[in-house]
Amino acid sequence: MKALVAVKRVVDYNVKVRVKPDHTGVDLTNVKMSMNPFCEIAVEEAVRLKEKGIITEIVVVSVGPAAAQEQIRSAMALGADRGILVQTDDNVSPLTVAKVLKAIAAQENPEVILLGKQAIDDDNNQAGQMLAALMSIGQGTFASKVTVADGKMQVEREIDGGAQTVALPLPAIVTTDLRLNEPRYAALPNIMKARKKPMDTKTLADFGLTSDSKLKTLKVEPPPERKAGIKVKSVDELVDKLKNEAKVI
Amino acid sequence: MTILVYAEHDNATLKPATLNVVTAAKAVGGDIHILVAGKDCQAVATQAAQIAGVTKVLVADHDVYAHQLAENISLLVKDLAPNYSHIFAAATTNGKNFMPRVAALLDMSMITDAIKVVSADTFERPIYAGNAIATVQSGESIKLATIRTTGFDQAAATGGSAAVEVVGLAEDAQKSSFVSEELAKSDRPELTAARIVVSGGRALANSDNFAKVLAPLADKLGAAMGASRAAVDAGYVPNDMQVGQTGKIVAPDLYIAVGISGAIQHLAGMKDSKVIVAVNKDPDAPIASVADYFLEGDLYQIIPELTAKI
Ligand SMILES: Cc1cc2nc3c(=O)[nH]c(=O)nc-3n(C[C@H](O)[C@H](O)[C@H](O)COP(=O)(O)OP(=O)(O)OC[C@H]3O[C@@H](n4cnc5c(N)ncnc54)[C@H](O)[C@@H]3O)c2cc1C
Ligand SMILES: Nc1ncnc2c1ncn2[C@@H]1O[C@H](COP(=O)(O)O)[C@@H](O)[C@H]1O
Repeated sequence: MKALVAVKRVVDYNVKVRVKPDHTGVDLTNVKMSMNPFCEIAVEEAVRLKEKGIITEIVVVSVGPAAAQEQIRSAMALGADRGILVQTDDNVSPLTVAKVLKAIAAQENPEVILLGKQAIDDDNNQAGQMLAALMSIGQGTFASKVTVADGKMQVEREIDGGAQTVALPLPAIVTTDLRLNEPRYAALPNIMKARKKPMDTKTLADFGLTSDSKLKTLKVEPPPERKAGIKVKSVDELVDKLKNEAKVI
Repeated sequence: MTILVYAEHDNATLKPATLNVVTAAKAVGGDIHILVAGKDCQAVATQAAQIAGVTKVLVADHDVYAHQLAENISLLVKDLAPNYSHIFAAATTNGKNFMPRVAALLDMSMITDAIKVVSADTFERPIYAGNAIATVQSGESIKLATIRTTGFDQAAATGGSAAVEVVGLAEDAQKSSFVSEELAKSDRPELTAARIVVSGGRALANSDNFAKVLAPLADKLGAAMGASRAAVDAGYVPNDMQVGQTGKIVAPDLYIAVGISGAIQHLAGMKDSKVIVAVNKDPDAPIASVADYFLEGDLYQIIPELTAKI
């Protein structure tokens, strides 16, 4: 059984980004880039399914700039077998990513497709659900537990009020939430080995796609600043402020 | 323009998040219809019909919609879509689960987490954990968006008298089935709707302290309880209490962060609160950058004293 995992190269989660002065976007010069944390969880889950003998091959896909090879290599160092980079310097919408992944899935025929629940740059939380719709298959989003057995997948999902479990016939899509697993660190020998694993490079045009989107970003601005607060010295002072200044209790 | 608002509910009661979405729809302008999809959800339809400003309520009451499975709901919404200029749902786990599916079925892009309606086709949404606000314009023939409830006030729950219409569709995609659900029970107000939220972080150290140190404060204030990811991951409290970029977004009148450092991802979920209080033993903790009132010290001394004095 094959697994397909989508990984996105994003600004590292520790970076506090700044908006460009001309308000066209955020400033990414010399900013640390990493694999989207939710994608790391997706890779880890695929590797665990492989270790359990359920999955036999893991193919990773990233849509992004040439440098996204780094994230594909990182996924290989964690245990993925093969990589496909769909190279573009443009911003690509989740709908286009879903179309790319659909085309690749049509070639690869994976039974299990794993994505992160959201990319922490654009915070869209869309690609997995869109891919499931395009492929007309079931989705287990925001997964906190995944079991695959007897041609079926069972996914426990984090929902607002608690947890929900759904059963999906294979192939099916999982989008990962934080509690699904804790990704391992790649060991040095595995990082070396990853360099030799096969990686294909494609373009959007290979799939008859472009980066065009009907959503246009008109501008990007910094969020409203909060006005500076104060340090209070004691519980009494805090209670007084909350009652008489802020009037919230 | 006619806007379809997807009702958030549990088959018995309409969730207040729907009222925030109606306000977003009003900001667009035009007729507002509400879709109630569920099982034995007539009571919800009755409540939806009373929302001020709603002109029609569509009810799809069928087994296949009982558990809000995205595979089935998305087919229903897709079939209704041609009648509408906009389709909005709350940016809850439910809205985020089915709306992108609807968008893909229509071969359209959608907007996640709209916080402001600039015009009928232009919306603001936070990106990069709220460190930037993007203004996005949709050129799609139907504007699809999930609405972040904290960005909009609640429409009046009563005053309207919309017509209720039954939708005959019952679409079973047969791509998923419901197995079980475990919903957290709590006597406290719901986290995303509460006027006051008391949240605890890693410093609480275990679930016992959440119950013994933090809960009494929350109880006295009639507050909801939240947590940082660190506290949730460590198992001190359930997952659905996580506040942040990838958890719940809250904007109460008062947010009290106890033993929470204030990582970017946590701030993303609470920095639009009206008044923020932080209790932390580290005066340089990043939470201080958003706190209106910062009290430095040991939470184990401060919180019981605070509970006693309010
Ligand atoms: C992809 C991703 C998504 C994430 N999403 C979220 C999210 O949605 N929400 C979220 O919260 N986090 C999220 N995080 C995690 C986030 O980066 C932080 O790790 C987390 O918020 C830290 O939790 P904390 O503040 O409780 O713990 P810590 O950072 O360990 O802070 C504990 C604080 O308690 C203080 N303290 C310790 N003892 C005491 C005491 N006795 N009295 C008073 N103060 C004390 C310390 O000074 C410190 O400031 C995410 C991370 C990633 C990578
Ligand atoms: N450019 C991309 N390349 C590969 N995978 C992506 C890309 N964009 C999104 N994804 C996948 O879709 C998930 C959700 O992303 P999004 O819908 O953009 O928030 C990510 O965690 C990835 O698994």
